[in-house]
Amino acid sequence: MIDFTLSEEQVSIARMVRELMVEQVAPRTREIDEQGEFPAWVAELFRGLDLFAVAVPEEYGGIDGSLVTLCVVEEQVARVSPACSMIVGVQSLGSTPIVRFGSAEQKKKWLPAIATGETMVAFGLTEPEAGSDVKAMTTRAVGADGGWRLNGRKCFISHANIADLVVCFAKVNVDGRDKITAFVVETDQPGFVVDKVEHKMGLRGSPTCSFVLEDAWVPQENLLGKVGHGLDILLATLHRSRICSASQSLGLAQGALDLSVAYVKDRVQFGRPLAKMQAVQMIVGGMVAQTEAARCMVFAAAGRYDAGSATIERFSAMAKLLASEAAMDVSTNAVQIMGGYGYMVEYGVEQFMRDAKVFQIFEGANELHRMAIARDLFAKG
Amino acid sequence: MNTVVCIKQVVDTEAEKRLQPGDWRLDRTVENILNPYDEYAVEAAIQLKEELGGEVTVLCMGPDEAEDAARKALAMGADKAVMVTDSVLENSDAQATAYALSQALKTLEFDLVLCGVMSTDAQTGLVPAALAELLDLPMLGNTSRIEAAGDTLKVNRQTDEGYIAYECPMPAVVAVAKGINEPRYPSIKGIMGAKKKPLETMSAADIGIDTAMVGSAGARTSVLAATQVPPRTAGERLSDYGTPEEGAAKLADFLFDAKVV
Repeated sequence: MIDFTLSEEQVSIARMVRELMVEQVAPRTREIDEQGEFPAWVAELFRGLDLFAVAVPEEYGGIDGSLVTLCVVEEQVARVSPACSMIVGVQSLGSTPIVRFGSAEQKKKWLPAIATGETMVAFGLTEPEAGSDVKAMTTRAVGADGGWRLNGRKCFISHANIADLVVCFAKVNVDGRDKITAFVVETDQPGFVVDKVEHKMGLRGSPTCSFVLEDAWVPQENLLGKVGHGLDILLATLHRSRICSASQSLGLAQGALDLSVAYVKDRVQFGRPLAKMQAVQMIVGGMVAQTEAARCMVFAAAGRYDAGSATIERFSAMAKLLASEAAMDVSTNAVQIMGGYGYMVEYGVEQFMRDAKVFQIFEGANELHRMAIARDLFAKG
Repeated sequence: MNTVVCIKQVVDTEAEKRLQPGDWRLDRTVENILNPYDEYAVEAAIQLKEELGGEVTVLCMGPDEAEDAARKALAMGADKAVMVTDSVLENSDAQATAYALSQALKTLEFDLVLCGVMSTDAQTGLVPAALAELLDLPMLGNTSRIEAAGDTLKVNRQTDEGYIAYECPMPAVVAVAKGINEPRYPSIKGIMGAKKKPLETMSAADIGIDTAMVGSAGARTSVLAATQVPPRTAGERLSDYGTPEEGAAKLADFLFDAKVV
């Protein structure tokens, strides 16, 4: 049997995060959605209880550094608030390039404050003309005065407006050839300007920003890896972050399931609860099975990642694909079986449905993952 | 300031409670948690430690699984745990539990013993007082404020009308009222560190328990019968069809009949 047993600590962490989310955040998820702003108070709660430490290895002030533990936390956060799960998710996404590719000095400099949440970090990859086609990026870095000057524009960057650091990808011209390179950009400089915060359908408590780099200054010591390593860095980071994203999708599906199951047990029509009706049972059965399948896939992928498996590329894509499809299907069905009430903001389940959609789109659109899985199979068998 | 907090693992307050037919004992095969009332006592002890220094020890009688409750208290910030675990203690009633805990306390050094006011499952509220009696210590119940100054303990005892301020010498046994504080969530680092904190297990023999005084044999109480709370019946619906005065009169009659006005 494949063993998905969590450690006692992971079970206790899941329980604590669940209690925290139910007691402190659940009463305010509608407010977070309606305000459409970064809920700084939630980030503060997370700081106080070391939630950011799950993004960082133990020797730099984190905890076990395992992706399984991060997924355990993210499932429980997203189960109540997918938007709030982005707070930990983006911190992990932004710190992974440093954890995986930073020098010892860079890790020592940045990771302890990232582990406490004192430093918030974002990931600057997407550009207006370079979404799925990352190599089409036009942001450039030019060597100058013992460092680098960056120019360009990034869009759809989660939390760029609250981040202290953004890991940015830019092209460096080496002997006439463009080499994608990763830089840690400090945001407290005049060359870094967030010029737009998007108005979105869902995940509204997680700001999505555009920013401009205008002669933004990056000292030499903020170059990650070597010039030209950018593509490796971003691909390795995304293999990890997609599994984290899948765990958020899983939590979302579970949260929608929780609300709708409670509702159909209570709601009486034609003299009996909806839960007693075959039509509803057929939908709920599928929702439960799909959610559990997503859970198996997420933890199978996270376990493989932690074990350093060579199949991680395919498993990461499969987990992201299946969990986000589950999130969309389960939340849509949750609204359906709650009927008119499901459609009402007051009942909280429509928010899950709006939040779910983007999980099929970001971290690589699901169509790309289907292609990647097939190509990986044809290439490696 | 060394405090021992007596804690219990209870059936999750959210779980449906079932009594086993025959012996009317609580079915504990469901999810179990640290007694929520004890969380106030653990938090109060940690706050006293943060203010005055010293150590917080949690003391728990229960089966091996009850270690989870002790680990939670350790994750919140208690320094060490003592488990009193022995099959002879199974089925102990409140008095026998207090006896077993008092025997364990005799092996520990402390200035203060804190308890929750009761457990959420059995709800007898007897253990703190019985414990004080067995240890021959002063006992103050339902306290909403605790302050330690030198060898003196100052507490407020909450009553329906207000509170009564008491002073007593330490050591003492204090039952902590619900709402005295807001128990902290264990942090992730607290949870990871809890496993490394000392947890000592004592058997009945280790602490000189007279086995005739514990378990089913030592129980001085027995449950004779239990009845299910009748399910809530549908409420009475009053309509105000007609004039508002008619509706108001019906409502007034209803309230008088229910003796609420």
